Amino acid sequence: MSWVLILEQLLNGLQFGLMLFLLAAGLTLVFGIMDMINLAHGSLYMLGAFLAAALVQATGSFVLGVLLAVPATAVIGMLLEVSVLRTLYARDHLSQVLATFALILIFNEAVRIVWGSDLPLSMPAALSGPVELLPGMFYPAYRLLIIGVGAAVAALLYLLVARTRVGMLVRAGASNREMALAMGVDVRRLFTLLFGVGAALCAVAGALLGPLLAVQVGMGENILILAFVVIVIGGIGSIRGALVGAVLVGLVDTIGRAFLPLLFGLFFQPRVASAAGPAIASVLAYLLMVAVLYFRPRGLFPARG
Amino acid sequence: MHRAAPLAVLVLALAFPLAVHEPYYLSFASRILVYALAASSLNLVLGYGGMISFGHAAFVGTGAYVSSMFIAEGITSAWIGWPAAVAASAAVALAIGAVSLRTRGAYFIMITLGFAQMMFFLVNSMKAYGGDEGLSLPARATGLGIDLGSDVVFYYTALALLAAGVYALHRLAHSRFGRVIGAIRENEARAEAIGFPVYRYKLACFVIAGAAGGLAGVLLASHGKYVNPNVLHWTQSGTLMVMVILGGVGRLWGGIVGAAALLGLEDLIANHRVEWLASMLPNYQQHSGLGVGIVLLAIVLFAPQGIAGAFARRRRA
Repeated sequence: MSWVLILEQLLNGLQFGLMLFLLAAGLTLVFGIMDMINLAHGSLYMLGAFLAAALVQATGSFVLGVLLAVPATAVIGMLLEVSVLRTLYARDHLSQVLATFALILIFNEAVRIVWGSDLPLSMPAALSGPVELLPGMFYPAYRLLIIGVGAAVAALLYLLVARTRVGMLVRAGASNREMALAMGVDVRRLFTLLFGVGAALCAVAGALLGPLLAVQVGMGENILILAFVVIVIGGIGSIRGALVGAVLVGLVDTIGRAFLPLLFGLFFQPRVASAAGPAIASVLAYLLMVAVLYFRPRGLFPARG
Repeated sequence: MHRAAPLAVLVLALAFPLAVHEPYYLSFASRILVYALAASSLNLVLGYGGMISFGHAAFVGTGAYVSSMFIAEGITSAWIGWPAAVAASAAVALAIGAVSLRTRGAYFIMITLGFAQMMFFLVNSMKAYGGDEGLSLPARATGLGIDLGSDVVFYYTALALLAAGVYALHRLAHSRFGRVIGAIRENEARAEAIGFPVYRYKLACFVIAGAAGGLAGVLLASHGKYVNPNVLHWTQSGTLMVMVILGGVGRLWGGIVGAAALLGLEDLIANHRVEWLASMLPNYQQHSGLGVGIVLLAIVLFAPQGIAGAFARRRRA
């Protein structure tokens, strides 16, 4: 096992973590401010990927297709918020889970009716080759792009939340919604806007991950649960927590899958190692969540004081 | 519900295989019975206990897998395989509950979900038992002094277990234990202050429901003679929750009404062509999820008390 391999897996983990952050950022704010469990967040990720694939096909340009898909998904997200989700804020968690579960079914079938079960989406040809990062170390250019875009969006989001007036209102809403309302913040409008931003981030993640994974119906469902794991680890409502949680989960998941089978091979018989290695690796992220919640039942960075 | 109504439903259910001989509908009715048991077990935690567990598929799946593994290993007797599967589900529920019940609110929802996903991935990687392709069984379990291989006998077995399960739920809800669970649901801090060991009561409730869910899982695997990791997927937990909410949270009949309503709705859309819908969307029947989703959404938005609740309110009015 060489350091090149380790570095490569670290970058893969960072890349996955940043994409998870894009999903988790919107989710944690929605969850934190409105105390709303939105299972349909994964559907927006799927929708963003499908829109990107369709628009890339229609325009013939990867960049243009993705750039169009992001605002389109944001508009759909805001429409969804105004039409359905808004009425759910005052309801209990159980109703929210049921209603957004219903939305998953609706979105899955609607996408299947419009586009079928999957769409092809390939990375731009210019980025399909490897880049020599260090002497003797090659890394796929496209994954590097994902890391770059993910980091840039994360930084932008941080500036938006930490340095602007809108961000201040969002943080005020997350730490104490009633107080923010009493101080005259128009939480309703703020929230529609926030929801659009969350949907746009979903679309970015969906469009960028599309060529690496697959653009298919149901793609949002497993990654949604991982995004929930991220925000629970980070503390619901905390952007900083979402970033730390996402990178942690991305690294643990990727590194675990790459090296745990090898590690087990050192200590156990090959038969046991080949069976147990992948099994343990696939649950590492969940084990991490359980461990964090056991010691810090409100996550690493609780948003509410 | 009127006192005679449960009896009437039971008589109808008993007479069903005598009146309907078509194998498809007998199998469909058995499936409803199995899901009704699974949903009723979830209703114990969710409705009676007020704990929003989003990982009930873990217990159903454990029951399904453990009982199937016994058969795959050549131990076909239900006397051994079924109790072992139920015990395994109870043990899993004890482990998951012991950790999860330390958290509150949304964190509890998420941690039960996380545990269930862990079980899902573990089962997915069990190559010896089919891995992600699942496990086909050569035959149902033997024993219990009956021929479980017969679909009619299986139907009556499922019916008997469901009836026993719902009766047990009724007795449990009206026992001292049930009153304490209800008190904890209404006001946990007060129950704690009165001196009840809240954590232990909740854990006991969680484990009983897990064991009952495991029994439903045993029946589920036995019904189709097949089990795959999707019985543990989080969408399965979601489906069971949907059934409970549809039927009525914390109502004795909630699980049964919800299972029958949801499975019936799916079957109705998939197998009964409506011409005016077909003229708008020719192959709409392949997209039954869309119809189910719209109906569910409408129920949450406009009839939050579920089907049973809608009837109960009308009667009072």
